[in-house]
Formats: sequence, structure tokens, C-alpha cells
Amino acid sequence: MALLSFERKYRVRGGTLVGGDLFDFWVGPFYVGFFGITTLFFASLGTALIFYGASQGGTWNPWLISIAPPDLKYGLGLAPMKEGGLWQIITVCAIGAFVSWALREVEICRKLGMGYHVPFAFAVAIFAYVTLVVFRPMLLGAWGHGFPYGIFSHLDWVSNVGYQYLHFHYNPAHMLAVSFFFTTTLALSMHGALVLSATNPAKGEDVKSPEYEDTFFRDLIGYSVGTLGIHRVGLLLALNAGFWSAVCIIISGPFWTRGWPEWWSWWLNLPIWM
Amino acid sequence: MLSLSKLTALGALAIASVTLAGCEFGPKETQQTGYRGTGIVQITDPQNVVSPGQVPPPPYELPAPSGPKAGEVYQNVKVLANVSQEEFDYTMAAITQWIVPADAPAEEAGCNYCHNAENLADDSKYTKVVARRMIQMTQNINQNYSDHVKQTGVTCYTCHRGAAVPKYVWTDPKPSDGRLMGNKRGQNTPDQSVGYASLPVGTYAKYMRGNSGPARVISKTIHPTTANRQSVKDAEGNYAIMMHLSQSLGVNCTYCHNSRSFARWEQSSPQRALAWYGLQMVKNTNEEYIHPLASVFPAKRLGPQGDPYKTNCATCHQMQRKPLGGAQMAKDYPALRTVSAAAPAVPGAASATGAAAAAAAPAAAAAAGN
Repeated sequence: MALLSFERKYRVRGGTLVGGDLFDFWVGPFYVGFFGITTLFFASLGTALIFYGASQGGTWNPWLISIAPPDLKYGLGLAPMKEGGLWQIITVCAIGAFVSWALREVEICRKLGMGYHVPFAFAVAIFAYVTLVVFRPMLLGAWGHGFPYGIFSHLDWVSNVGYQYLHFHYNPAHMLAVSFFFTTTLALSMHGALVLSATNPAKGEDVKSPEYEDTFFRDLIGYSVGTLGIHRVGLLLALNAGFWSAVCIIISGPFWTRGWPEWWSWWLNLPIWM
Repeated sequence: MLSLSKLTALGALAIASVTLAGCEFGPKETQQTGYRGTGIVQITDPQNVVSPGQVPPPPYELPAPSGPKAGEVYQNVKVLANVSQEEFDYTMAAITQWIVPADAPAEEAGCNYCHNAENLADDSKYTKVVARRMIQMTQNINQNYSDHVKQTGVTCYTCHRGAAVPKYVWTDPKPSDGRLMGNKRGQNTPDQSVGYASLPVGTYAKYMRGNSGPARVISKTIHPTTANRQSVKDAEGNYAIMMHLSQSLGVNCTYCHNSRSFARWEQSSPQRALAWYGLQMVKNTNEEYIHPLASVFPAKRLGPQGDPYKTNCATCHQMQRKPLGGAQMAKDYPALRTVSAAAPAVPGAASATGAAAAAAAPAAAAAAGN
């Protein structure tokens, strides 16, 4: 594979977390490392098991293939392979692959001498996934509370778990998460539009500098967070979206069992207007 | 002066304490009612479980159905005439225990709550006329709605629980006085019946009277047509009445529905069909038995619109999946279990529509495109 002209500059030794020099090499453009090996192992095994599960599931329709978690009766124990055991192993593989990938990102950050923003951001996504399939099931006492691995089936799970609480839009952490998701997309779309506008001037005009970009937003909303700042804002919004998603599901069940609208009765019962 | 960081810390502490105060701590109980991984699960907090209530024991041992009939011994017996006198007395004693408030004043205590002490056959007290009709209603439910009440059946106590008026009843709400200020248009009023959501409250009449349509809003066509006028407001009313069902039984939506398609019967649990029969039962009960008594009740027993207190799911269920925890109570009161032969209509015209409605299955409703 062809090497980009500047890429050689980034191929520096060291910075590994484990394994020393043993896995400190590249295959084509890809850094391997110890965690590249473990990522490959977990991802291959997990994917193979998903295909095996699909072969036992009665359909090859990619929308309908589903690897379901065990029945609740198995609690936090191991379930038979075809009754959720497969889901348990695939979950271990998924977490192994995700965490390995995050640690491989850490090693690359160390090689480049940069901050850990990328692995940290990915870790928030992993945290949300682990909350769904490990933390919440453990708090409720059964692996069966995890979501099934299927395109349609996981959506059905989301819908039904929402309706376990009658009206999920009243979940305060869900409110925050949804607001952060929408704000993330709004910020990204405005930032993208601004960059495209500045870099695609009318015929005969120069590409506009960040001064113009700042001026546009100072005119529009009285403030511009700046060319670097917008990326900090984006990271903050996106990570909060994932974080509050994890919070909104961990409190549903382990810390609240009734309808979410009813949770707000603490507001109605405040002494000032009771 | 508090520093900014101290203020921030205090604010965070206040928010955290309010948030945590809303939590339910401790282990939870779970029950899976659907296929694994579908999320069709009931999760309850054992510290938040409503007691099913105690079933009072029979007044004394059920007498043999032999001996002279009540209609031969007593005057003016219109419903239980073919029951033996001893069983009739036994049933009356049980009803007194179930309905008459323990703290009733002497002239209304015990039998006197419904009967004129000078002449027990006299119909001058409204309570006696109502009670007679309510016995017919109980018999109708037990005989014609076994699709809902099964062999457990109901008695007066299922709703009354020792009170003259059952705790959970409804009447038509007062209509809006047309003002703009403070007019909530029947919604945005946190109420237990709608799970404290902003959904419309007091919509029982739309779903629980004899002429009420089915609680369905899913459109069959993309655009509104003259035949399809389902609106967002209809959907909210539908959601509200479903909240009532859920709250009345202490269950979540997935007890009856797979939310991937609320409408599809073949994807719903068998409990949804039970609930459908229950709704037909409630409509029939309100229309045939309770509403016609409007002219019999005194004003203090009527709602702001002059209609009597009617039934909904909570009237019997009282936050239990099965009323009284499914206790087999009606078996001790055989006089209440079947419709008495030649029961005259008092005061409105009773009809056999109950039996007809019970015969129509939800599958038929589904086939009709609902």
C-alpha cells in the first residue's frame, strides 16, 4: 500500500503500554501493537460467533438476524449456548474488541505525543455500551436485561424498555441526552456550513480567513467560539450525549420502576407550593 | 461571603440531593413476560407494592340450597326470589358487611342502610333500589363476562371494600367555562389516572360508555380522509386511557403490548385480549346498570354533570393485576354468580346486549380492520 509522503514521520518506535517492542510494527499502513492483536482476536471470534448464531436462528435476512440474551431465570449465571450463552460470549468479545481498540488508540497517541482526546471520546461510547449490557443487568440481577444483537431486534428492545416506564420522554437524563444529541448535530451542521462557505467563495473572490468566520457568528449571535473552540464545544456536546444516555438507562429499573412522569411528583410536592 | 466555588459546590449538592431523593434504592423484582431479549419485562420495587387487600370471611357457613325459597317467604323479592331463604339471609348478611360503613349512624347502620326497619320489603330507600340493580349487575358480570373475570368472578366487595361508594369511580368532568386564562383544556394536570403525564384527564366517557368506540388510533391511510380523522389529540386521549389501564393494574405497557406494534393482536400477550373483554364489560356495566340509575340517586351521589359514579379498571383492580390478588371470593356466594331467571328490569330497561358484546371476540374486532 502506498505510503503518504508525511506518514513516515509518524512511524516512531515506543509508547506501547504492554509488549515492549514485540508488536511495535506496521502491516502496510496499519499499526499493529499488542492491542491490535487482541482487537483482531476478539473481533474475529465475536463476528464468527454472530455468524454461527445467525446460522442457528432461522433467517439470513440481515435485518432480522438476532442474537438474544438469556432468559431472566438464568440470573447472573451462564446460560446454555443456544439460549443466550452465545450472547454472553459475544458480549465478552465485543467489550474485549472495543477496549483493545481504545488502548491501541492510546498507544498511537503516545507515539504522536498528543493528548488522549480520541481514546477518551471512544471510551465514553464504550462506557455507554457496557452500561447497557453489564452494569444495568448486574444491578437488576440478570444478564437477560441486556439488549439483543440484531438490527431490528435491538430497536424493539429499546422501544419496549422505554414503555416499561410508560413515557420515557419524562426521564430527566433522557431529556438531557436527547438535548445534547440534537445540539451536537446543530453545532456540527453550523460549523460545517461555515467552513464550506468560507472555503468556497464566489468566483473571483479569495478563500475567507477565520476572521470572516468569527465575524459571521458575531453578527449572527453576538459571539464566536473560534476555530479551535468549536471543536472543544463539539467534543463536550457529543460526550455528554453519550454519557447522559448511559445515565438515563442505568436509572431506569435499578433506581426507578414506575412511570417516568410520576418521578416528577417531587417537583409537585415541593413545600413552597404544596 | 460565599466564594463562587463554594456556591457551585452547594448548588451541585442541592441538585444531587433532589435527584437522589427521587430514586428508589434497594433490589428490584423482575418478571419476564415475553421472549428473551425483547424487553417485555415487569420491574417492580418490593418497597412500593400495593397490598392486594384482605378478603372478609363469609358471615357464617354457606347454608344448603334447600328449604323454602326467599320469594315464598319474603315480600317484594324481585331478583333473588329463587334462592333458598337461608342462602338469601346469608347473602344479605355478607352484603351488609361489604357495603355498609362501619361508622354509619344508628338509623343507617346494618340492614337499615338499605331497608326501612318497619317494613323490610319497602322500596322507599334509594339504596335498596340501587342495591337490587347492583346484584343484577354482579350476576351479569359473573355469567356473561367470564372471558374477563374467569371463574374467580366478582362480588360487591371486589369494588366496595367496606365503603358505600367504591373508592375508584369516575363521572363526567365539569366542562370548561370558556375562559382563556388558566384554561388547561382538560390536560396538563398531573393526575394518577394518567400516570402524572400531561395527557388529557377525565376522558373515560370517550372510552367507557356504551357508545364508546375502540381505543385505537393507528391510521390505515397516509392522509386524512373523511373515513380517517384520527388526530394527535385522539392519540393523546388513547395514550391517556392506556395510562389508566396501566396504573389500575400496576403494570407497564409491555404487560399487554409488544411496543414494536401496539395494534397487532398476534404480537400482543394474551393479557391484551383479557383487557379487551374487560373494556367491553366496563362499557356494558356503565351503560346498562349504572347510568340508568341517575334518576334514583340523590344529588350527593352524582357528579357535577348529574351522572352517577361509574366504573373503570381501577374500580375493581385497585392497582392489582387481579383484584384482591386473585382471591377466590365469589365461590362462597353462589346467589351472585348467575343471572336470576325472570329478573325484572329496575329501574331502566335491562337488555341482553351484555351477552352479545361478550360474544364478540377481539379477533373479530381485528378482522373488522380495527
